[in-house]
Amino acid sequence: MALTLITRLRRFRSVGVGVDLVEVADVAAALASCRAARYLELIYTSGERRDCETLTGDFDPARLAARFAAKEATWKALGDRAMKLDWHSVEVVRSPGGELSLRLDSRAKEVARSRGLRRFAVSVSHEPFYAAAVVVATA
Amino acid sequence: MKDERIRRVLETHGRLPIPASALPNDANLYSAGMTSHASVNVMLALEEEFDVEFPDELLTRSAFESIDAIAGSLTTLGID
Repeated sequence: MALTLITRLRRFRSVGVGVDLVEVADVAAALASCRAARYLELIYTSGERRDCETLTGDFDPARLAARFAAKEATWKALGDRAMKLDWHSVEVVRSPGGELSLRLDSRAKEVARSRGLRRFAVSVSHEPFYAAAVVVATA
Repeated sequence: MKDERIRRVLETHGRLPIPASALPNDANLYSAGMTSHASVNVMLALEEEFDVEFPDELLTRSAFESIDAIAGSLTTLGID
């Protein structure tokens, strides 16, 4: 009984929360710059880029901004050690039904494990001017 | 000289609420108000300014958290 309680308390303690807000105009400006290709390659995985393409073949800055916010929110949930992770260490994955989830690479998983975090939930929202993301990480 | 070029890039792309010239070299740029997205713009502008390409291991927030850190990252790429 006592052991179960301690285990539950430990699990409760291992919680990380992160939130981030990104200006869509900042992403649009990066896409309009002469370094757009490099920007896209550095920050977003091929899957993320594919998910943010419009029917006309352009990139939707609001959807990209939401993914940028999700990566940043994940790092905030992971704490200081995430400062040494690169942008591809966290990937936002979209299911065929449209649900978003996070895929962490081995380095990000290692940081998460060091904090006792294994499960991640993400929620994003975007309007014409801002995109936001919240990430909750638990044991 | 390198520090001054870094400051110029920060001034143009860092979207800092205070002039980059007023920042000590070891000041944390994120604490000073630089957003993560602005740090990406800074990184891209630095690549152009110094004609380098940052490798994956330097594409982290910690590599751009201060003028000293940026200078150190550039040093590893052979920029003195």
